Amino acid sequence: MNDTLHRKHPVPVPHLEAHGLRTALIDAVLKLAPRHIIKNPVMVVVWIGTVITAVATLAGWAQPGFGWAVTAILLVTVLFGNFAEALAESRGRGQAASLRRARKDLTARRLDGSGNENTVAAAELRPGDLVVVEEGQLVPADGEIVEGLATVNEAAVTGESAPVLREAGTDRSGVIGGTKVLSDRIVVRVSAEPGNSFLDRMIALVEGSNRQKTPNEIALGILLGVMTLTFLVVVVTLPFIGGFVGVEINVVLLVALLVCLIPTTIGGLLPAIGIAGMNRALQANVLAKSGKAVEVAGDVDVLLLDKTGTITHGDRQATAFHVLAGGDAAQLRQAALLASLADPTPEGKSIVKLARTKNERLDGHDGAHFVPFSAHSRMSGVDLPDGRVIRKGAMDAIARHVQVQGGVIPAELEARVADVARKGATPLVVSEGRHVLGVIELSDVIKHGIKERFARLRAMGVKTVMITGDNPLTAANIAAEAGVDDYIAEARPEDKLARIRAEQAGGRLVAMVGDGTNDAPALAQADVGLAMNSGTQAAKEAGNMVDLDSDPAKLLAVVEIGKQQLITRGALTTFSLANDVSKYFAILPALFAAAIPQMAALNVMNLASPASAVLAALIFNAAIIPLLIPLALRGVRFKPSSATQLLRNNMLVYGVGGVALPFIAIKAIDVAISALFSL
Amino acid sequence: MSEFLLVFALAVGLGWPLGRYLAAVMRGAPMRGDGLFLPLERPLYALIGTKPERGMSWRGYAGAFLLSNLVLAIVVWLMLMSQAWLPLNPNGAPNMSWDLALHTMVSFLTNTNQQHYSGQAQLSYLSHMMGIVTLQVITPMMGLALAVATLRGLFGGRDAQARQADGQDRMPVDVGNYWADVIRPALRFMLPLCLLWSVLLTSQGVPATLAGGPTVAPVDATVEMKEQKIPLGPVSPMVAIKQLGTNGGGWYGPNSAVPLENPTPLSNLLETLALILVPVSVAFMVGPLTGRRRFAALVFGTMLTMSVASAGFAVWSEANSSTSRDIALMEGKEVRFGAEPSALWAALTTQTSNGSVNAMHDSLAPLTGLVAIGDMLINAIWGGIGCGLQQFVVYLLLGVFLAGLMTGRTPELFGRKIEAPEVKLLAVLVLLQPLILLGLTAITLSAPGLTGNSNPGFHAISQVFYEYTSAFANNGSGFEGLGDATVWWNVSCAVVLALGRYPALVIPLAIAAMLARKRQAPESTGSLQIETPTFALTLIAVIVTLTLLQFMPVLVLGPVADHLALAAR
Repeated sequence: MNDTLHRKHPVPVPHLEAHGLRTALIDAVLKLAPRHIIKNPVMVVVWIGTVITAVATLAGWAQPGFGWAVTAILLVTVLFGNFAEALAESRGRGQAASLRRARKDLTARRLDGSGNENTVAAAELRPGDLVVVEEGQLVPADGEIVEGLATVNEAAVTGESAPVLREAGTDRSGVIGGTKVLSDRIVVRVSAEPGNSFLDRMIALVEGSNRQKTPNEIALGILLGVMTLTFLVVVVTLPFIGGFVGVEINVVLLVALLVCLIPTTIGGLLPAIGIAGMNRALQANVLAKSGKAVEVAGDVDVLLLDKTGTITHGDRQATAFHVLAGGDAAQLRQAALLASLADPTPEGKSIVKLARTKNERLDGHDGAHFVPFSAHSRMSGVDLPDGRVIRKGAMDAIARHVQVQGGVIPAELEARVADVARKGATPLVVSEGRHVLGVIELSDVIKHGIKERFARLRAMGVKTVMITGDNPLTAANIAAEAGVDDYIAEARPEDKLARIRAEQAGGRLVAMVGDGTNDAPALAQADVGLAMNSGTQAAKEAGNMVDLDSDPAKLLAVVEIGKQQLITRGALTTFSLANDVSKYFAILPALFAAAIPQMAALNVMNLASPASAVLAALIFNAAIIPLLIPLALRGVRFKPSSATQLLRNNMLVYGVGGVALPFIAIKAIDVAISALFSL
Repeated sequence: MSEFLLVFALAVGLGWPLGRYLAAVMRGAPMRGDGLFLPLERPLYALIGTKPERGMSWRGYAGAFLLSNLVLAIVVWLMLMSQAWLPLNPNGAPNMSWDLALHTMVSFLTNTNQQHYSGQAQLSYLSHMMGIVTLQVITPMMGLALAVATLRGLFGGRDAQARQADGQDRMPVDVGNYWADVIRPALRFMLPLCLLWSVLLTSQGVPATLAGGPTVAPVDATVEMKEQKIPLGPVSPMVAIKQLGTNGGGWYGPNSAVPLENPTPLSNLLETLALILVPVSVAFMVGPLTGRRRFAALVFGTMLTMSVASAGFAVWSEANSSTSRDIALMEGKEVRFGAEPSALWAALTTQTSNGSVNAMHDSLAPLTGLVAIGDMLINAIWGGIGCGLQQFVVYLLLGVFLAGLMTGRTPELFGRKIEAPEVKLLAVLVLLQPLILLGLTAITLSAPGLTGNSNPGFHAISQVFYEYTSAFANNGSGFEGLGDATVWWNVSCAVVLALGRYPALVIPLAIAAMLARKRQAPESTGSLQIETPTFALTLIAVIVTLTLLQFMPVLVLGPVADHLALAAR
């Protein structure tokens, strides 16, 4: 479907297919237990029908060969339905097994109140405990780094073998139990109860053991249930009505008619579709905390996307210094360099690099005090021992800073900033003391293909909103270049929350991506909150999905998975009901043929005999379930387009096709079995 | 063909302005005619103790509807059982038995007008005028009221804007004032239209008198029957309301097949037009009432497509199908009018839940009978006044549920999500129809002592199934030849009549009110566009498929087998 979806599997599972099929077959039989089958009202009816036909055949009410054939096909129908569900579950189970390996036998070095280490089993850890983890050791429990930084291999959870950096006090401070520290020493504050860790929940989700039916699945289930009841009424009343004109209908035939009519196709595949939706998300390395989250993703109207990392690569590069008229180019270069020497951000490094290429040889001062960027001051810089105060930042932030010290803003500045911004670049204003020196141009590189994605989202009716700390002009340029529908410039964390609330008040469903602790309220407020795995524990708790790859662009894939899941349900329901029309044409003439010879006129498929007609319809009815399992697991092919276009395509394929296909298939099966068994 | 085209052209041409007028009446804002009608309406509101502008919650609205029905039920039932002792009975009609009175009362109270009696002989003028005609005027307006309230709910309630502004989600949704919604259209719309039609019909020779009928010598007088009493009465007003109000219950037993009810080709045209005029107007009313023209276009377009298709097939089948001229069917055919007007009437009267006839449906070609039954099973091709729209909303919700899924979103109608609680209520309606119709048909057919059939075999299945279908659809037409004035038929039909009316009117209102309380999502290209040809075709497919799936076996054993058997002779 798209590049992020099938990029990699979290766990290599080459043996899954053969092994998974075998366990799924065994599970399909085990699921015949009444305790399990009762959860699926459609299949319960088939199951009871199987028992009735078996009893009727034993009692001699039907011709034995025919009776047992019908009984066998009905049993196989139930097994096929169970098999579909079991197969979907087995997909996840392979992943669960390898996750479980990561969890077992962990020990922890717990710190007591006085700082002494005790070695304890990981199961004894409680939230709030502090543990030490050093190079080469496994993190014993989920938690937050309170001291130090480390490179961590999270392959056990994410399947990604490249190490990631985790650091105290940043938005990347969360560590997951079962992952391995590759370098350095960290102190972690445990945040999860034993048995309720991220890994535990992930295993439970993957196995589908605590899978709740989603709201839409429940609603559709009610509809399928009532259709089943309706057909029960149709079939139960039929012998009484037929009896009036001398039509005697065998109980085996009645059960056959009932099973052909009730929506066994969608009924058998419905659980599999739900499990497969979560599995597809998981294949995209997105861990949905519930099936509902995936379903809601399909309904999302607005995506709130951080510019950095989602729309652009995020490492903006300094490309030019613009000195103000009458200023000194060297002074600007030096100030920019000094302000950036201790700045660890990619932007800071790129400014140093640019200055060096312009032959600036200045070194850092000893005793310089670096002032890091903060979301509130929105500038960074350096306080030098000689009293010089250099700052770089967004224009309005610098302007306020300069004005507070009694400086004036040169009239020219605004035009310069606007020039840079118009190019789609970010202007960074540099000041020294109360003087504005000039502007650094930071160019932002937009990710390849992102514009096409937004166009696809727009075609699906999803609006994209870019969130950026840039000034409005820069933001507008990038927004236009990337093709987003709207943007929030100079955004602070609380702006995200406010925007989400505003969209929701207008009735729209909002999805957003976040990683920082200050994103947590917005992630919680959003209808779909996709937290980055690299983010803080708070963000991961607040979101209802976690992206193990920490790729914000994944949100787009999640929306498509959600839609695909709903379309699959709708298409297969339509197909199932459309099939019934054709099945009536196979079975009704067969039922009435003996008593009413004129009914032969309705045998439009010209089926060989009543027995072969009924068996052909039943075989089609059973066989269509496994034939559609790949579709249920993979999802209906989905090309982003307008709702009307989607409806037209799906009605043609699954509605019209659903009426036409059984005519052809039942005729073909009839030809085959009537020749084989001379029925 | 000419009558077919003329009727549809006139219905659309007149329905358009009438629909706009009806929308103004139902909106309740000051309008032309207030000077005339307000003085008539105010005392009625005072009598009931309501203020027309006071809104009601859906429960209050449904409660008022049920209460008004209960009061009318008791009054009319008592009147029918004591009419011999009451005034205005020049023809000496006797008191009705309890069960026949019960069936008659329920039948008229539910806007069905299924008649297990012959009006001219068994009802006094008082019962006709005060009981029957009053119900014929009021009950279609009750259906209209419920449909209008449902539409208000679907668009967020009358107080939608205020609720949105205040964020008062806890307040119940205002779906309108039931009493005003019944009284206003009855006085301002239905009665003036009936007056016009009854004058037009009187001009064609339909009787309109309070005097008793004359006694004359028949042209083929015999010793046993030297003279015959011609029953007369205020016939033309009743014919007007029975045609216009999707009622169907005529003065005379054979309904508009009797020359006294339908004397000329022009009267036949007027009466055929009147069958669909108000239902078409109600479809047109949707646009101005909801402020959403495209939605009205969906309603009108879908209904018109199905109407033309079904009427066209009926006309073809009655004139040209292989069994149309079978001698076995000639007994009740209307040779005065011929095949086309008979079949057109049969199709329109079953589409609109009217139920009046100008030819006996028992004698229609079996395939024409199939159309008539199919129309009543669907019951939303125009449908009864208001009821048709309610049933349409049910299909719409089902269609939106399926189609919405196929567009990749949780299904929503006008931006409001259809979820499990709504689907549960829809499920009740989906199940109720086959349960009642097939269940009672099966019981009746397996106890032939109860059925009183005049025909054996497939035709009897058609007769019994038709009778219950007609009752459940609140249509009222009959496949005559059924000895239906028995306790079994009276009581079972009375139950079916009530079950066919009250859930079908109240449940869509409840669903609409539930939807109104939900957060409304703005519509985008990603949300299902229901006002498109694609969705209209999907909706028709859903309607036809659902009906086929539920009733194909019984239809095959009834009219289809009937046709095949006759054709094979």
